[in-house]
Amino acid sequence: MEENQMNEFSDMEFDVLKEISNIGTGNAATAISQMLDSRVDIEVPIIKVMKFDEMSEVVGGAEKEVIGILVTLEGDIDGMMMFMTDKYSAAVVINRIMGMEFSELTGALSEMQVSMLTEFGNIIAGSYLSAIAKLTGLGIVPSVPDLSDDMAGAILSVPAIEFGKVSDRVLLIQSVFDTDNKRAEGFFILIPTRKAYKKIFEKLGLIS
Amino acid sequence: MEKVIRVGMADLNICKAPDRITTLGLGSCIGLVLFDVNSTTCGMVHVMLPDSSIMRNTSNPAKFADTGVKLLVEQLEREGLRRSKLCAKMAGGAKMFSIRGSGDVLNIGERNAEAVKNILDEMRIPIIASDCGGTYGRTIEFDPVTYRLLIRSIGKADKYI
Repeated sequence: MEENQMNEFSDMEFDVLKEISNIGTGNAATAISQMLDSRVDIEVPIIKVMKFDEMSEVVGGAEKEVIGILVTLEGDIDGMMMFMTDKYSAAVVINRIMGMEFSELTGALSEMQVSMLTEFGNIIAGSYLSAIAKLTGLGIVPSVPDLSDDMAGAILSVPAIEFGKVSDRVLLIQSVFDTDNKRAEGFFILIPTRKAYKKIFEKLGLIS
Repeated sequence: MEKVIRVGMADLNICKAPDRITTLGLGSCIGLVLFDVNSTTCGMVHVMLPDSSIMRNTSNPAKFADTGVKLLVEQLEREGLRRSKLCAKMAGGAKMFSIRGSGDVLNIGERNAEAVKNILDEMRIPIIASDCGGTYGRTIEFDPVTYRLLIRSIGKADKYI
């Protein structure tokens, strides 16, 4: 992979990322089911490469209030991962964990809600990381996550800037999951550093 | 019919009264407005990174503070504005996430603000007002008639600088 061909993901690289995200989503479905103590159906994720501004539009607009959970990565692969969801979906998750009737989240999140959502995001991040580890044999150590409840554009600026160092596009995984007859939606962004991508592709025998 | 001109991430635009110009959801990025109080033409750039020279991919100049600010100044000069009369207002550069041990990566907001200030300094463009830092997102909108910059954030009152 040429360092100066960073603008677009090649078809091959894209297929690898799709494979990682398919396995990751499978792991996530199992993990979420356990956490929510309820059957969770995850639809086939939509994986798209898109420009920065399209990313904000896909999640509902740059000013939409969303919750973002960020994890930085260390080890064989460095970089970051972000899980993002809207407040309705967050409410679905929280109410399910608490075993309560559904009610919307209003105002600022309580400490307990932050803690539950952070753990949720952590579990999802872990699902994708174990997919990568399984496929590549590489070891990755995720950080303690941090949560932000703010405008989508502002939260997305963080992964966008990371991608922006090498590209004008980002890879977004959009996932819808159904639990308790409620539909929740989440977005997942995996941003390995350039070096890390190289390692992944090397391990998979795609480059020498 | 007045409209509000949008500036996206790594983007810039020129605006003439009675239109206003905006960029939405600034996190660690910087939204910079350049204007002249003798004119009702202005411009805005939304930069994401401090320095184009250390990056391999510099195909989009508006993405970087150094090339983005210069490009905006050039475009304003093409509209008849004089560099020596330009003023600046800026916002953004927030630290959206805090993770111990993550090094400098999550301090990009502060570095972006620094970089924009340095370029403006080099070009001798005074910063009239600035709302940078913090840990929250901002939407900004500039009116080239009043020269006021509106700043909106979730859970906070609107403010003008």
